[in-house]
Amino acid sequence: MRQQHTTQEDMMADSGPKEVAVIGNTDLTSAELDNNIKNTMVEIEKGTSLLRKMEISVAEAEKRTGKNTVNMQEIYTVYLIETRPVDALTEGITPDSLWRRYSEFELLRNYLLVTYPFVVVAPLPEKRAEIVWHKLSADNMDPDFVERRRVGLENFLLRVASHPVLCNDNIFYIFLTEEKDWKEMVYETGFQAKADSRLKAVNAAFRVKNPDGRFTELKHYSDELQTVLSQLLRVRARVADRLYGVYKVHGNYGRVFSEWSAIEKEMGDGLQSAGHHMDAYAASVDDILEEEEHYADQLKEYLFYTDALRAVCRKHELTQFELEMVALDLACKKQQKEELVTGTVRTFSLKGMTSKLFGQETAEQREAKLQVLEQQLEEGEEAVKEKNTESDEFVKTAWVDIERFKDQKDRDLKEALISYAVMQISMCKKGIQVWTNAKECFNKM
Amino acid sequence: MSRTIDDVVSPTQTNTIPADISGQMLDLDEDDDFEVFSKDSTLADGSMFNASMQTSPGSMVNQCKFEEDEDGDSKDIFITVDNPESHVTAIETFITYRVLTKTTRSEFDNSEYEVRRRYQDFHWLKGKLEEAHSTLIVHPLPEKFVVKGMVERFNGDFIETRRKALHKFLNRIADHPILSCSEDFKVFLSAQAWELTTYKKQGPGFLSRMGETVRAVANSVRGVKNRPEEFTAIQEYVEDFSNKISSLDKVTQRIVKEQKEYLEELKEYGPTYTLWSGSEEELAEQLKGVAGCIERCCQETEEQVGHLSDTLVPVLHEYVLCAETLKAVLRRRDNIQAEFEAKNEALATKKVDRDAESSDLGFVWGSLLGKNPEEARHQRQERLDGEIEELKVEIDKLEDRVEWANNALKGDWVRWQRSMRGDLKSAFLSTAEKNVDYYEKCLAVWETFLLSQRTEPSEETDRDNTS
Repeated sequence: MRQQHTTQEDMMADSGPKEVAVIGNTDLTSAELDNNIKNTMVEIEKGTSLLRKMEISVAEAEKRTGKNTVNMQEIYTVYLIETRPVDALTEGITPDSLWRRYSEFELLRNYLLVTYPFVVVAPLPEKRAEIVWHKLSADNMDPDFVERRRVGLENFLLRVASHPVLCNDNIFYIFLTEEKDWKEMVYETGFQAKADSRLKAVNAAFRVKNPDGRFTELKHYSDELQTVLSQLLRVRARVADRLYGVYKVHGNYGRVFSEWSAIEKEMGDGLQSAGHHMDAYAASVDDILEEEEHYADQLKEYLFYTDALRAVCRKHELTQFELEMVALDLACKKQQKEELVTGTVRTFSLKGMTSKLFGQETAEQREAKLQVLEQQLEEGEEAVKEKNTESDEFVKTAWVDIERFKDQKDRDLKEALISYAVMQISMCKKGIQVWTNAKECFNKM
Repeated sequence: MSRTIDDVVSPTQTNTIPADISGQMLDLDEDDDFEVFSKDSTLADGSMFNASMQTSPGSMVNQCKFEEDEDGDSKDIFITVDNPESHVTAIETFITYRVLTKTTRSEFDNSEYEVRRRYQDFHWLKGKLEEAHSTLIVHPLPEKFVVKGMVERFNGDFIETRRKALHKFLNRIADHPILSCSEDFKVFLSAQAWELTTYKKQGPGFLSRMGETVRAVANSVRGVKNRPEEFTAIQEYVEDFSNKISSLDKVTQRIVKEQKEYLEELKEYGPTYTLWSGSEEELAEQLKGVAGCIERCCQETEEQVGHLSDTLVPVLHEYVLCAETLKAVLRRRDNIQAEFEAKNEALATKKVDRDAESSDLGFVWGSLLGKNPEEARHQRQERLDGEIEELKVEIDKLEDRVEWANNALKGDWVRWQRSMRGDLKSAFLSTAEKNVDYYEKCLAVWETFLLSQRTEPSEETDRDNTS
């Protein structure tokens, strides 16, 4: 079933597909909730020019076979990306489309991560189904899983398209519009070279002395959020499993009531119809849990977001560390100059040692050294200035995006929790109906 | 069908009236003769009556009739079973229950009795009632042993479940027009512990009970030849009913199990939201709200499972036992008919014998004894005639017995079906009602939460405006 990239607030209208999609700014006209309008306006002002021009969706999924890199047969899934100019909606123009597989999405995301390290980049849906309850198979080929992945990929594209910075990226645009040669283009950007090595990042994380406190806090928060959401999702899956069991066993009532009604005269009719209601009850759990799966996906998205948060924190630590290193180096050089000028050796140095051992240097030698040091000092000053600017820039832009992310998260999760309550209400209403009907039937017995 | 039991018994029988006739007087509307039967052996001749026949028409008092319409207004005996207590002796530990009886019936000396009884005593009573009224349907007792799950005998739930079942057992007997008039029942309700022990020791001796069993087995082996259609129909129904009710019992127990496991997981679910709320600022309130909702739903779920266990499970289980009782009753009815049929066959054989032209063996004997053949044959004829007459009398009695048994069963069958329908209908109704109630309560919980959320967005937009 195709799902439009309707707003998450759509679920307030008690019907229709529950969608994991981007917030507010896509459907200018729909505004089903009053507060949605306010949010929409805010986002537009930040410049989501892309979405004002084009409608994006991941329409379908298909299986393909082909040879992989080691020349072995493999089956993989491709997803159809459709784009259409916004004003063409009402004219019924067929959308442009191209096929992409999951690995290409991954490539796109990695590119974005490296190119915009100050952005909290939206996560991709799970590669493999991990936190599942028993009815869902962990098989990547399972149609339900593929469908949920399709929705997740669409959500990812919409998140990127609605991001004030990312939406202007050319590679992203081409990802959406040109099937061939995109990969080559991405590699040509040389982003892979720009990527910080993991080792560098870990090293920096250990040794950085004065990271901005807010980033440290953010790191802690993302760790906490990850732990908490993992646990929540795991327990939820177990609860869903058990609920499934309870409902399905009632189906047995249906069967036995039906058989029993055959041998009863007075009670036959009542039993027979009660049995039907028991069957309906047992069947109703499938829809209930399907809906809940969407809720779980919404939470999962934020579980995966924690990685992006941590990535931004790491980048800050790295830039801060590099700044500190450069500043340290500068301080060191200054120290050296001072020593050279005043002739004192306050700190231990090889120079000091050798001069003690081999005697003082000549005035010319000192002069020469001073010159070199001056040069180095100048360069050092420049480097520190640069690094400072870089770091400040980073902190500034990162923090803007983090604030944006926080607002988005609060909004989305608030809506998710409300939709969860709505789901529970719907489930209770169904239960009331079924058992009221059953009661009627039992009354006739 | 409105017949007094005494009509069934042969009206030509007259006997001496034993000294103790309390509880055994028949109120006669048709016959002038007093027809009294007692438990002692003055009438007893193993071949004419068996022990069960003696007491069944005998234990009648006043208005004991088979009537289709029983109204609760005429209830004149009220029994409760409560107050279980543990007793420890050197040999064993057991539970006794208090049995409180309030009655206006005249055959009871007092209007109130309070005694303590243990399971064994209930079991004895059931045995006596079934012995005396082999084709009446006695409500089942809870089982002697509980195998599944190895439930502790002295576990609180087990005792309570048993107590309720014992209460129901006695009340069903009290409601029964014939069974409630039983002397054994009266003694059970009124005798002190030692009195009961003495009373239990009375009754037909071991040997006569043995003979009883042997005959019963023999009859069941022979099988019944001409079972009336309606009893075959009942038997088929009972088979099917037994299967269905056993299935329902199992399904319900499975539901209870699944529901309990669901509850266990649900109990862990709410706290994850509380934990999460600790890391959040904006969302904290909402998350705590959700946690609270889940917790309240847990409480409702717990109540719902409890109700299921207390209301539906015991009733279904009772009727599983009922089905077995019904099968036994049908078997006993068959045996009674089989015995009758056997005697009939014996009669036919004897008649054939008597009408036979000659008997070589008899002739030989007669000549050995010095009798002339004519005399021998005549003597033989006379003897056979005598035996045939005796057989005919026996057969008449057995025929009456069959008819009485059939009528008793037919009447009680209608009664049983009615109470089965009533019991099961009310149990399922109650379950459905409880489930509706459960969902309504959970609905209220989530709707309250949702309402509290819908008012909040206005606060948020105010903040947006000021920022």
